[in-house]
Amino acid sequence: MIQLNTPLTEESVRSLKVGDMVELSGIIFTGRDAVHKWLYDGNTPPMDFRGGVIYHCGPVMLKKGGRWISTAAGPTTSIREEPYQAAIIERLGLRAIIGKGGMGEKTRQACQKLGCVYLHAIGGAAQVLAEAIQEVQGVFGYEEFGSPEAIWQLKVERFPAVVTMDAHGNSLHKEIESASGRKLAEFQAQARK
Amino acid sequence: MNTTQQKKLLEAFIEIIRKTSAELPKDVLEAVQRGHRAEEKGSRADYALGIIENNIGLAKAKSQPLCQDTGSILFYIHYPRKLDHSEIAKLARKGVIAATKKGYLRQNSVDSITGKNSGTNVGPGSPTLHLEPWAKDHFEIRLMLKGGGCENVGIQYSLPEGRIGAGRDLAGVKKCILDAAFQAQGKGCGPGILGVAIGGDRATGYLGSKEQFLRKLGDRNPDPLLAKLEDEALADANQLGIGPMGFGGKTTLMGVKVGALNRLPASYFVSVSYMCWAFRRQGAVVTSKGEIKKWLY
Repeated sequence: MIQLNTPLTEESVRSLKVGDMVELSGIIFTGRDAVHKWLYDGNTPPMDFRGGVIYHCGPVMLKKGGRWISTAAGPTTSIREEPYQAAIIERLGLRAIIGKGGMGEKTRQACQKLGCVYLHAIGGAAQVLAEAIQEVQGVFGYEEFGSPEAIWQLKVERFPAVVTMDAHGNSLHKEIESASGRKLAEFQAQARK
Repeated sequence: MNTTQQKKLLEAFIEIIRKTSAELPKDVLEAVQRGHRAEEKGSRADYALGIIENNIGLAKAKSQPLCQDTGSILFYIHYPRKLDHSEIAKLARKGVIAATKKGYLRQNSVDSITGKNSGTNVGPGSPTLHLEPWAKDHFEIRLMLKGGGCENVGIQYSLPEGRIGAGRDLAGVKKCILDAAFQAQGKGCGPGILGVAIGGDRATGYLGSKEQFLRKLGDRNPDPLLAKLEDEALADANQLGIGPMGFGGKTTLMGVKVGALNRLPASYFVSVSYMCWAFRRQGAVVTSKGEIKKWLY
């Protein structure tokens, strides 16, 4: 198990390889569809994202005794942000994206060029991942984007994930797809006989 | 129904929703555990399934949604035929609104034109209610909560299908099933379960594919040809190596369930629905007085 701490350095990110199991501690920011479009359109968030991490997540948030807590915080499907992600990594200096399902060619290339990784969280594990959130430190765009779409600043401790796209141009998604595709072709050919 | 009966039935609906959202049924839990044991210790698949098992335990202990996407709300209800179906439908919707307020369901239903969230999970097409009267004097209320990630990877084939070389026979159907598992990769939050309907039209095919999820994972298809197809498709799919979350591994699917509907001579559809590992499906026998007598899964 590899421990990662934010802010992430280019060196620490470049040392990761596809398939590595990691636990991330420090500050991460949620962002999904509305936020990605907003950032892509050139808007600047009020917080510093350098060396930072965006988490594709629409958490369930409750206010208890004047403080926000997250009661469910699993990843959402990342591929919807593919048109925007590469440009946002570059402009904001992101070092990691957390989500599920993997991303496409543009993001893979941006990760390689700029020194960023894609961390795959466990889809559906909303309770385990909410437990990794130690503190909700702030929110931006709550009114404009609504709670699930807002940028939530979260302090996390040992948030579990797997590196599925690294900063060397590798993608576990591509590897598994081509290996399973070869196996599928074998089965389909056998059935033809 | 008098007001006491209505009140009790409403409470039963809310409890069925709570239990469905927070607790995996026993057959699914056992399948997850079996899948976990099959994976190599220390592998990515082992890591993913370990987290999934922790999550199942935590959600149950905290009585909170297993997954924040509490999904499409699909009710399958048998009710005593002497009762008015519109009254039962009204109570089901009320139950959904109450369960949403209590946080058992996320505010998850959006107007397709304006993008506005109803905030209650009630609107055109939500919840989906399949109501069927019967001669018995109790209810059987089944509920499935099906998340968007897995719904998005469902797929329908019209045979013959040239791309995968699938003809109009069971060998062709099996090719469709394997192709569907391949296309989904890890995107449907695997290890998943495939519900398959052979035949029907484009609408009843998908409907039938989802109804397959009402079967217990360990059951045996009464049709020996379909039972064989299910076994073979499952075994082959688990050799694709896609694994939990698409991380690679032995458990790509936990089940394949196939049913058949009559078709027009001109049509031959194979409709495949994917259910994620967070397979939230529960049901209860509810007395005519509105009391939950027994859980069905």
